[in-house]
Amino acid sequence: MNKSLSILTNIHDWLFSIMPEGVASIVEMVLIGVAYLGFFAIAGLFLVLLERRVAAWFQLRIGPNRVGYLGLLQTMADALKLVSKELTGTIKADKFLYNLAPYFVIVSSLMALAVFPFTKEIQAFDINIGVFFLIAISSIGVIGILIGGWASNNKFALIGAMRSGVQTISYELSIGLSLLTMILITGSLQLSEIVEVQKSGWLIVQGHVPAIIAFMIYMIAGTAETNRAPFDMVEAESELGAGFHTEYSGMKFAYFFLAEFINMFIIAAIATTIFFGAWLSPFGITESIPWLGVFWFMGKALILVFLMMWFRWTFPRLRVDQLLTLEWKYLLPINLVNILIMALIVWLNLTIKF
Amino acid sequence: MSYFSDIYKGIKTLLTGMSVTGKYFLNSRKGAITQQYPDNRATLKMFDRFRGEVIMPHDENNEHACTGCQKCEIACPNGTIEIIWDRGIDEDTGKKKKKIDQFVYHLSMCTMCALCIDVCPTDAIIWGQNFENSVYDRTKLTRVLNEPGSKVRAGIED
Repeated sequence: MNKSLSILTNIHDWLFSIMPEGVASIVEMVLIGVAYLGFFAIAGLFLVLLERRVAAWFQLRIGPNRVGYLGLLQTMADALKLVSKELTGTIKADKFLYNLAPYFVIVSSLMALAVFPFTKEIQAFDINIGVFFLIAISSIGVIGILIGGWASNNKFALIGAMRSGVQTISYELSIGLSLLTMILITGSLQLSEIVEVQKSGWLIVQGHVPAIIAFMIYMIAGTAETNRAPFDMVEAESELGAGFHTEYSGMKFAYFFLAEFINMFIIAAIATTIFFGAWLSPFGITESIPWLGVFWFMGKALILVFLMMWFRWTFPRLRVDQLLTLEWKYLLPINLVNILIMALIVWLNLTIKF
Repeated sequence: MSYFSDIYKGIKTLLTGMSVTGKYFLNSRKGAITQQYPDNRATLKMFDRFRGEVIMPHDENNEHACTGCQKCEIACPNGTIEIIWDRGIDEDTGKKKKKIDQFVYHLSMCTMCALCIDVCPTDAIIWGQNFENSVYDRTKLTRVLNEPGSKVRAGIED
């Protein structure tokens, strides 16, 4: 056991030695919750900054580079500004639901964060239906968007929310089926076990052709799931003002904004876990240093996040009918055939294993 | 079978688009079009066709090319140019001849339409590249373009 990882178990043992068992486990849960919340905030701010810099580079601009060294404090300053702003609201809004919606969105993405195996030991909640849990949680976020759009009593917000509903319900199917394709290889929904299976080759290598097709479908559906361009009809600026968060200001708006970026990270993290072997290093080059798993996990997830940013700054926005055509006429049939092929490959033992 | 060719074409065009933006991304260090303005003041060069303000170039003998024909004053749609002229004696011929006393240019009224510059027969006025035109007192925007003691360049009317 490596030193840095044993620190975590040491803290665990120390907590249980100085307190009664019930209190210690509650304290431990609170500590882990705070740690994840901190990670959530920092990762969200960092991803916003990354998005802005990457967008600038795609458009041959420079991007924010004034606040702090290389503009690293830019999003921190933005967050401070948003905290200090007034929380406005419409008079005829449904106050309770209007205030509830941002928390719905942010809590659902925070819950999804809990199950990822950042490295062998760092996984808050190793539930045995991990993938199922992830799919279920990631579709709860859309309820927050629907509530927000409905409760703000604004036509643009309502249209944006309804579009979001249409979009998420359709693409949820593709996400589920493409992940199911990979579950055929692992035979388990538990994320730690999926990682175990990948020790003999990442799933995208093990499943070769159908796995790559499944990955492509997953990335398309995942981009749609996070409501990012080219699937950003939910907040299509040129059509709907700001879509479902038109009426939100200050920190409530910031919650939606942060949740969007964390959702992007979650989609990338699911893809990392299912397709690219989570914290496993390529060819096992750093197997002797377990804490480097965090580095590998983050690196892979960030590459996939970059891919989604690349999509966003390349492709034009789809119309609603095009969106539904893409899902129901192309992704879904391809996905179903793909599952059959994968089942055949697993049955005939044609997977590539090292 | 257009179903599969549609998928093929779709993926192909998407990849083409991504390669284009990918090239931009990789070259953004060299080719950034952003001007970091107050920092690069010393090296900032405006483009040739930039319309900043009307100026009247003078050569090293403090001579300009304005004959005082007032075509620019007539062409100006909003009275930006005011030419105060005078009659002087031409040394060569001894005849009376029109010359400018003050070429007054109200920058605050100018719409940068370039009619005066198009109409000038001797190219006495041209576009300047200065764009930092904000001042605290608007009387500073009324400028006399010909420098004190300057005179028209000989032979410009021929």
